[in-house]
Amino acid sequence: MASLKEMRNRISSVKATQKITKAMQMVAAAKLRRSQDAAESARPYATRLASVIANLSAGVSGDGPKLLSGTGSDQRHLVVVATSDRGLAGGFNSAIVRAAKDFAQSLLAQGKDVKIITVGKKARDPLRRVFGEERIVESFELAGQRTLTLASAQPVADAITRIFEAGETDVVTLFYSRFKSVVSQVPTARQLIPAAVESDAPKSDAVYTYEPSEEEILETLLPRYLTVQILSALLENQAGFYASQMSAMDNATRNAGDMIRRYTLEYNRTRQAQITKELIEIISGAEAI
Amino acid sequence: MAKLHFSLVAPERELYSGDVDQVDAPGTEGDFGVLAGHAPFMTALKEGRVTVRDGSAVRVFDIQGGFADVTPEGLTILAEHAVEAA
Repeated sequence: MASLKEMRNRISSVKATQKITKAMQMVAAAKLRRSQDAAESARPYATRLASVIANLSAGVSGDGPKLLSGTGSDQRHLVVVATSDRGLAGGFNSAIVRAAKDFAQSLLAQGKDVKIITVGKKARDPLRRVFGEERIVESFELAGQRTLTLASAQPVADAITRIFEAGETDVVTLFYSRFKSVVSQVPTARQLIPAAVESDAPKSDAVYTYEPSEEEILETLLPRYLTVQILSALLENQAGFYASQMSAMDNATRNAGDMIRRYTLEYNRTRQAQITKELIEIISGAEAI
Repeated sequence: MAKLHFSLVAPERELYSGDVDQVDAPGTEGDFGVLAGHAPFMTALKEGRVTVRDGSAVRVFDIQGGFADVTPEGLTILAEHAVEAA
């Protein structure tokens, strides 16, 4: 049986841990609200841009730009995996990494070539362990960026475009976590190149006038769309990360509370037993006289 | 007079959304104004000012490039960067 002093130490150390997890939970809750707002206010731009592109691509004759139509092959894949830079968020990062890993392994099993770009610290190490250094062509970190803007997504988009234009890849897929709700984040794959355009946009029969030409507009819009898609994935990731961290820390706080209750009960029982034992000793000593 | 539905969105947020009388914007091939019932039209925008008129109220935004999309439903400006001019 542990001594009273040991038990007191253990209780106070669990209490200290609980204070930390509770603080982290509250910080995550505050940041969640902010990043949720950011993700939501970025949504109109992305949806409008998507519908404009859907409209345009429906009208483009022939194959159109390569970013839209692809290279016509699907032999070489580029997988972009976006996670957070920090951990302590339950299974958030590992769920994304697992989804990406399964996808990449099934491609490899089909004899296809896979290259990987990681965004966020938590993607690089586990993927490097599985696929080796040479498959990971680029790694980005978001550390220190408190607010995500287009400028945060631009380097990633530039790298993708560079690799694509050098003819080193055919299909680009982005893995991130879709922010469904505070309690549910779903690891999601989104195909970036060839651009998956939802064609359910209401098709207007009206004759459009374009300045400059349709093709030129599409040429400039598509790279922009790529960046915006990455940004919105990063924003959803961030919101999902804080939501996940919040619930992970909430659990941790509750577990710590349970532990404290259990230890305190045990501590009090032991203390009481000791007092009773001492009393018995005194009384039986007195009776003996 | 019919109103034009106008929205101005930047990547980070929506800056303006509502019904207005007229919007003037800087197209790459010349400035243009849009009223309600404008023919469908799409253009790239250059750096400049977007002026939104609604009755006697005038609001001005500085934008840096983007696209304007005029549909029968209204005008949407997708700006790469936009701030309201003081």
